[in-house]
Amino acid sequence: MLKTPRRLAKKVEGLSDRAVAWLFIAPTMALLLAINIFPLFWAIGLSFTNYRANRPNEAIANVGLRNYERILTDPDIWIAMQTTANFVFWTIALQTVIGFGLAFLIDRKFRGHAFWTTIILVPMMLSPAVVGNFWRFLYQPQIGLFNYIVSFFTGIPPSSFEMLGSVQLAPWAIIIVDTWMWTPYVMLICLAGLRSIPDYIYEAAEVDRASPWRQFWSITLPMALPFIMLAVLFRGIENFKMFDMVNLLTGGGPGSTTEVASITLKREAFEKWRTGYSSAFAIILFVAVFGLANIYVKALNRVKQR
Amino acid sequence: MNVWPRLLRRKPMEAIAIALIGAGFAMLFQPFMLELYSYSFITLLVGTLMFIVVSKFPE
Repeated sequence: MLKTPRRLAKKVEGLSDRAVAWLFIAPTMALLLAINIFPLFWAIGLSFTNYRANRPNEAIANVGLRNYERILTDPDIWIAMQTTANFVFWTIALQTVIGFGLAFLIDRKFRGHAFWTTIILVPMMLSPAVVGNFWRFLYQPQIGLFNYIVSFFTGIPPSSFEMLGSVQLAPWAIIIVDTWMWTPYVMLICLAGLRSIPDYIYEAAEVDRASPWRQFWSITLPMALPFIMLAVLFRGIENFKMFDMVNLLTGGGPGSTTEVASITLKREAFEKWRTGYSSAFAIILFVAVFGLANIYVKALNRVKQR
Repeated sequence: MNVWPRLLRRKPMEAIAIALIGAGFAMLFQPFMLELYSYSFITLLVGTLMFIVVSKFPE
């Protein structure tokens, strides 16, 4: 059996359990403060200034609420917010419906279900950079497989439409890729929810002659709901920050059709170098996501208590 | 005896905060009026700060 080294044992001898617990937590707390909390407060401070990161020696002036005022009266940023809302709504709706459907099927435990679970999970394990690049090839109008599949089913000539170059289709191209990549994640969380439902509840329902449809609406869905809500929360927060996929596939184009808030933020921060302004923008997005997450967690707790 | 004012109890105050957050969120992402968008952040901020404070109030 391993023993605590004598020197260490002597050092912690007089400490209470609480103090020992704090000792264990302290390094993580320090790291969190350094890489999460401190930058947040630093960004709040910067959001009231005209600071530019590419001109570090220039005098920094306090501009008060002017950055916030500009962002909140800018029609271009307003449109970027709507684009973001559109992406978040459609990706979450599709991922939740398909993810839950897949989890429901996988939960049937048919022959080879473990193999198919692994196959379904593959997209989630890939790097977004890889996914973005190969979907760009798939969407190529001349050689891309996607256009040929659409052509096969609809009869539309493959080179007659361009997924990434069309104003109407480009947002859907990104929604399709995000759904393809992250539906397995939603499926995994929903599957955990479905597997946590005890069999005896279904057995009791069978005894009461409840139909499969009735079992689904009265047992499966209510009991898996906290897990579904958790998946929606995680994907919602993540999709508000959606950047890599949009940047790789369309870069915000054509025009500004797919310019989500994070792309605008990156342009302001690292192309125009308006650090103070972009900090204010980041704080607005943070407050929006934080506020929503708060009420969402409240709703989640209420569902769990039921 | 509970001396905490009835109106300042957690439930009604939380409901107000949640309504403010919901309204602010809708105002931020709605496509109809720029004025609503302009007032969205302050609504969201007040709602969020209020939620953080009132969630510590007694039931």
